[in-house]
Amino acid sequence: MYTLYDKLWNQHLVHTESNDADSMALLYIDRHLVHEVTSPQAFESLKLAGRKPWRVNSILAVADHNVPTTGRNQGINDPVSRLQVDTLDENCEELGITEFKMHDVRQGIVHVIGPEQGATLPGMTVVCGDSHTSTHGAFGCLAFGIGTSEVEHVLATQCLLAKKSKTMRILVEGELGLGVTAKDIALAVIGRIGTAGGTGYAIEFAGSAIQSLSMEGRMTLCNMAIEAGARAGMVAVDDTTIEYIQGRPFAPQGNLWEQAVAYWRTLHSDADAVFDKSIILNAAEIRPQVTWGTSPEMVTTIDGCVPDPANVADQVKRHDMEQALKYMGLQPNTPIQAITLDKIFIGSCTNSRIEDLRAAAAVIRDRHIAPTIKLALVVPGSGLVKQQAEKEGLDKIFVAAGFEWREPGCSMCLAMNDDRLSRGERCASTSNRNFEGRQGPGGRTHLVSPAMAAAAAVEGHFVDVSKFGTS
Amino acid sequence: MEKFQTFTGVVAPLDRANVDTDAIIPKQFLKSIKRTGFGQNLFDEWRYLDHGEPGMDVSQRQLNPEFVLNLPRYKSARILLARDNFGCGSSREHAPWALQDYGFKVIVAPSFADIFFNNCFKIGLLPIVLEGKFLDQLFREVNQTEGYALTVNLQDQMLIKPTGEHISFTVDTFRKHCLLNGLDDIGLTLQHAEKIKAYEKKRRVQQPWLFV
Repeated sequence: MYTLYDKLWNQHLVHTESNDADSMALLYIDRHLVHEVTSPQAFESLKLAGRKPWRVNSILAVADHNVPTTGRNQGINDPVSRLQVDTLDENCEELGITEFKMHDVRQGIVHVIGPEQGATLPGMTVVCGDSHTSTHGAFGCLAFGIGTSEVEHVLATQCLLAKKSKTMRILVEGELGLGVTAKDIALAVIGRIGTAGGTGYAIEFAGSAIQSLSMEGRMTLCNMAIEAGARAGMVAVDDTTIEYIQGRPFAPQGNLWEQAVAYWRTLHSDADAVFDKSIILNAAEIRPQVTWGTSPEMVTTIDGCVPDPANVADQVKRHDMEQALKYMGLQPNTPIQAITLDKIFIGSCTNSRIEDLRAAAAVIRDRHIAPTIKLALVVPGSGLVKQQAEKEGLDKIFVAAGFEWREPGCSMCLAMNDDRLSRGERCASTSNRNFEGRQGPGGRTHLVSPAMAAAAAVEGHFVDVSKFGTS
Repeated sequence: MEKFQTFTGVVAPLDRANVDTDAIIPKQFLKSIKRTGFGQNLFDEWRYLDHGEPGMDVSQRQLNPEFVLNLPRYKSARILLARDNFGCGSSREHAPWALQDYGFKVIVAPSFADIFFNNCFKIGLLPIVLEGKFLDQLFREVNQTEGYALTVNLQDQMLIKPTGEHISFTVDTFRKHCLLNGLDDIGLTLQHAEKIKAYEKKRRVQQPWLFV
């Protein structure tokens, strides 16, 4: 009668003031991931209060937001970025925290390296000062983003004050069509329920289409749960989960492995579990998605057109649409396939894993980016993803097609390093947010899957990737 | 954290939904390793006509005369009126830090994004959820009356209009207690240190692979 979320919640409950569902609870945190942007103030306050981390080996740190994706041998040029990365290095050294530094091959985006190392395991509570921590829920864990004060709280107490969320199940049944990926499911869900549709909920993704997804696909989906407003997204544990984890550096081995797997097998919602809300999608009806506005809910399909605000009755909504179209430089009723692009970005914690790179490479193999594309970037999610891709020769495919092959990091998803859009530039991006200024001030972002971004690079405008004959 | 006391403050209306944390404080300012000084770059891309970078002297920058917070009547605003899903996007606590550093003490909206909502309480900024019909009315009154101010009484969970009319709001009991008394969450949690240790001990036995 329990949902997966209930099981994870109950398992980590240290203390509650009352049994009232609305009361604050103290939740134990198993894994604390740390990056350079949201941690310095937490470490500083911790030290000022004379406190120490409660359990140092629950923490794994990496710098990802500020790191350059080219010329790493010269270090970080921007002194402000450099100070932030140096501060993380110093804090980790001083406190004995495991950190993958910039020149370590294991360095990468925090939400890529956690699972890659087996540091994210089923049944864990995973937190990080980053909203895309929801990614890790793909492993049947309770994972969510926290603010800097909470980072300090977890450092000091190994716990978090939290209120139980409501539960939502999103069932996606059936088979995905050619060229349709986890990213398209995520955007279709957000298009359906809106960016605030999941506020106050923990979302469990289930159904045959979800079970058929690889771990990479499940991570993409859970990653975007926050864009639907839900702090946590999750998928039940199955053979795919367990096979992915086996043999990874931080994963248990021997007897402990057997013991862990036996427990992990229980991490699914019971057949008679009741959810506060249920949504059902037919996988076969999902088409490749493209966002047209400045919020992930402003999304349509590759066959669609930019909507017309004149058809919207709600005044606030209409006003927001008008503002979005003005910012995006788009006219109502423009076919999505008529939108031409300046830049292409394949990367981010949403879509920078090996499977994403394979999907994009399959589209651009023996092709070239359109002459109108000023820059096409591939930024692998980690040094190990990069290494694997190079082993498979994907880097050569990208470079031959006119892409730049970069070092791992968050890069142009949020443009904290030098990778960014100039004012008015339009980008097909595999990242997660199309907010105003997200990829650079005045930059215009369209969110798509890696295969769709690759297809757009080849044609110079959006195009239905299924025409390329690869999935 | 400072104790939250009853105060009366000018209200500024930000009439758009889904105001995200990238808009509240753009990413280039997140490179700071401090908690303070973000107020001058609050809503930077809307507030200024030129592009802002850390370390710039904001007094030399060109203000956007159309942006609501730049209108003289809202200069001293301490309460921000907003629309649905305020604070969506990233978990950056820099967003509430910037709002607080600018001078805001209260944000009133029909709904907030979860992480942002939570972060506000941690620093003593009060997010108040108000039903759409009350909010629409407030937007109208603020637009009509220059210098429109509300009194915020957290103890009694009341917003008091200039006419004396009261609007009550709900707030979590524990969070209210922390705000009113300026309490530090960590200190409160550490009162349960023995419970945390006992939980950990049990967990080491049940799920030993987590402690390797």
